[in-house]
Amino acid sequence: MKLFLAILVLAAVVQLLLPWWTLAAAALLLGALLARRGGQAFGAGFGGAALGWLLPAGYLYVRNGGHLANRVAELLPLGGQGWAVVLVAAVIAGLVGALAALTGCWLRQAISPTSADTVSA
Amino acid sequence: MLRYIRAGLALLTTGTLVWALNTNHGEVPAFGKFLSPYEGFWRNAEAPNDFAAEQTLELPGLQQPVTVRFDDQRVPHIFAQNDHDLYFAQGYFTARDRLWQMEFQTHVAAGRISEVVGPRALEYDRFQRRMGLPYGAEKSLQVMMANPTTRTVLESYTAGVNAYIGSLSPRDYPLEYKLLNYAPEAWTPLKCALLLKLMAWDLSGRSDDLRLSNALHKYGPEVVRDLFPDYPTREDPIVPVGTPLDYTPVKTPPVPQVFAASASDKVPAREPDADLGSNNFAVSGARSASGLPILANDPHLQLNLPSIWYQVQLSAPGVNVYGVTIPGAPTIIIGFNQEVAWGVTNVGADVLDWYQLKFKDNTKREYWHDGQWKPIRQVVERIKVRGLPERLDTVLYTHHGPITYDRAEKVFNEQTPIRHALRWTAHEGGNEVLTFYNLNRARNYQDYAAALSTYASPAQNFIFASKQNDVAIWPNGKFPLKWKNQGKFVLDGSNPQHDWQGWIPQQQNPHVKNPARGFVSSANQFPAGPDYPYYLGWSFASYERGHRINERLARMSKATPDSLRVLQNDNLNLHAQLMLPRMLALVQPEQLTPAQRRAYDELRRWNYMHDAQAIAPSIFDMWYAELVDSIWEDDFGPEATGLEMRYPPRDRTANLILREDTSRWIDDRRTPQRESLPQLALQSFRFATDSLTRKYGDLGPKWRWANHKSTDILHLARLPGFGRLDLDCGGGAAIVNATTERNGPSWRMVVALGPEPKAYGVFPGGQSGNPGSRYYDNLIETWRTGQLNELIYLTSPTQQHPRVQAAWTLQSR
Repeated sequence: MKLFLAILVLAAVVQLLLPWWTLAAAALLLGALLARRGGQAFGAGFGGAALGWLLPAGYLYVRNGGHLANRVAELLPLGGQGWAVVLVAAVIAGLVGALAALTGCWLRQAISPTSADTVSA
Repeated sequence: MLRYIRAGLALLTTGTLVWALNTNHGEVPAFGKFLSPYEGFWRNAEAPNDFAAEQTLELPGLQQPVTVRFDDQRVPHIFAQNDHDLYFAQGYFTARDRLWQMEFQTHVAAGRISEVVGPRALEYDRFQRRMGLPYGAEKSLQVMMANPTTRTVLESYTAGVNAYIGSLSPRDYPLEYKLLNYAPEAWTPLKCALLLKLMAWDLSGRSDDLRLSNALHKYGPEVVRDLFPDYPTREDPIVPVGTPLDYTPVKTPPVPQVFAASASDKVPAREPDADLGSNNFAVSGARSASGLPILANDPHLQLNLPSIWYQVQLSAPGVNVYGVTIPGAPTIIIGFNQEVAWGVTNVGADVLDWYQLKFKDNTKREYWHDGQWKPIRQVVERIKVRGLPERLDTVLYTHHGPITYDRAEKVFNEQTPIRHALRWTAHEGGNEVLTFYNLNRARNYQDYAAALSTYASPAQNFIFASKQNDVAIWPNGKFPLKWKNQGKFVLDGSNPQHDWQGWIPQQQNPHVKNPARGFVSSANQFPAGPDYPYYLGWSFASYERGHRINERLARMSKATPDSLRVLQNDNLNLHAQLMLPRMLALVQPEQLTPAQRRAYDELRRWNYMHDAQAIAPSIFDMWYAELVDSIWEDDFGPEATGLEMRYPPRDRTANLILREDTSRWIDDRRTPQRESLPQLALQSFRFATDSLTRKYGDLGPKWRWANHKSTDILHLARLPGFGRLDLDCGGGAAIVNATTERNGPSWRMVVALGPEPKAYGVFPGGQSGNPGSRYYDNLIETWRTGQLNELIYLTSPTQQHPRVQAAWTLQSR
């Protein structure tokens, strides 16, 4: 839960100022610092990063009446369903967050394995 | 060890995924970047209250404060204290709404689309450069920068656009930049010139020279004279026949000996549509309810989003003008001020000619002209291609112009040493911006006439009305002084008599002021009748739209702006009115199946109106097209003849169907038996009704004209989801309301002059170029139903108006 919240907040803050892919750097760093197991890192990374996109995208979708998202949903193509673009965006961010957090966790385990890591690996 | 491998693989996977999501792959966007709510397309999703009612912008380069009011359609009404600030602000606000469109169109003109989309645009880019669009733009730029007035206009406008670009971070870029994953570059005055060349291409980049040369080669001069006459039977020219000349014509060059170009199957790729067209008309005070003129204009162009036009009011000392401009071009192109109104339609004169060349040898360093070998200039074009190394392309120039013709690798082969050079008025330097600058400030007929003198290309029918109760029209631009029929066929590039030998003096361009009939009009038809002393071309838009407009104007008295609006929406098909009775008479109803008979009866009941809900237009349209095909395809179609030719013009075909039953052209030479006209009429009628039945089922609501025609407004880059498809509206080709599948009235305007001008207008789109804005397409419904919005003309920056709420201030930083 702590890792999930940390990724959600830190990834959102860095993306406000820096390019979108800094979410991967944030998730990787936090995964290395806080994750104990790979599965936990993956789940928290996915959830934190996905929610970090789902909430603002959902807000912007509603605020615009879905007008633009519906157009993008025809372009992609997602049958003109703007809410599907919100979900696709969240899944993409989630995948990046999940993989990055997992990488962080595994990198730390490779460099300085703890006793818990030895057991789980 | 395993742990290191595992971590390494994870890092590699993550890195690859991030890279893949941050990069464009062909037509697949960089999804990560594009879908991010922090920097992607979501940021372009406007909410209604995003637009500030009041704010102050600090912009570097302004000389004095500028006030900008916005009305409820988001039209900026700009009040500046000098010309520099006026055009600076025009550039700034146009870019604010239309930056991507402006830049994309100049990239199209410059042959630079490959930079954005990669190698698939390469051939297109080469073609634009080989047609000499950038070459012509450079020449125009020199002329415009040499004039202090237009230099100020172009430089200020450029500074304004750049002030906007400079204020953007990548998160604020228009959506299309994010989708295609590139960044805007700095604006330059050259880009303004490029835009005008793009218009010149759209409006004058077509030529039938080669098609007719091939016909001449195959059938000989007798047949070509008969089927492709210099002047049609039915015509209603812009300047009425019998209008006295107010000048002494200059001598035209002598007609040289006939030259038969060698036949060829190569026609230039990507020709602009032959069927664009536009209307403008103005009634004098004698025909209006107010006693003062009313003017209307609806330029027809390809229907695109973002809209082709941008509305703006420009006010500074000496000028207060409202109208539309092409995003990227300063000043107003069609509009009105307190004293005058003006509009344009395309002239379509023959200002583009091909010269057959004779090279000394395969190196193509010299060509034969005027009895000597003359050197060929080589210009290397450097084309940047996204994701690939720069591509070099060498274009050859003679004194005629660039050797454009078809692709080099196909054309310059050893067996065909003779190729063609292009001569085109779009390559001439002209100061079009000065014309519009002066029209924006015109107060009377003299100002208008003087403004037209600097205009070169694309030639336009400039219509005019003033508060002094003058109405006038000038088909105007640079017209080469030709011998009769010069350029109807491919010309001899070695014979100096075939060169263009000067220009028709501008004051002798066709014109008429205050004609007795009490109105002036144009619809791309012949600028003048056979009594005009110069040759302008043999083929113009066929007469139906122009004639219908004149017919209705001639009956108008006490006209109001609404009378002119209704005329803009006129759906009568004069051509069907002429042809259908004859076509119905050619068919024996007893020979039809019950289903075909229902279609036949539908046509008999028809009032010739191409209204959205009518069924007969769908049947007639298909029937007539098929009938024409069945007459000409075997003689002039590329498949049957192996040559690129064109069909004879509509007027000539009509005469054949109406009264030449025994013509040799009726027979299909591909069949052993001899066809008759009634046979062709019956076959084509059956073909049309059967096709419609196959497509839409039994005759019923699905046969509606709007459904069959299906007008689409597409996004400029053809992005699915970003256009508006299948609009339910009437009209059609050669009809005053010329709304076809892809073309139509791109701006409808009606202006009534008076103590204060009263003006109305609409275009099929919206002020904003942002697909995430309500103002991207909010005017389409008004346009579709043939209505107009009242245009708000403010006389001072503080004038109160219920539809004008927002007020912004610009000041120097």
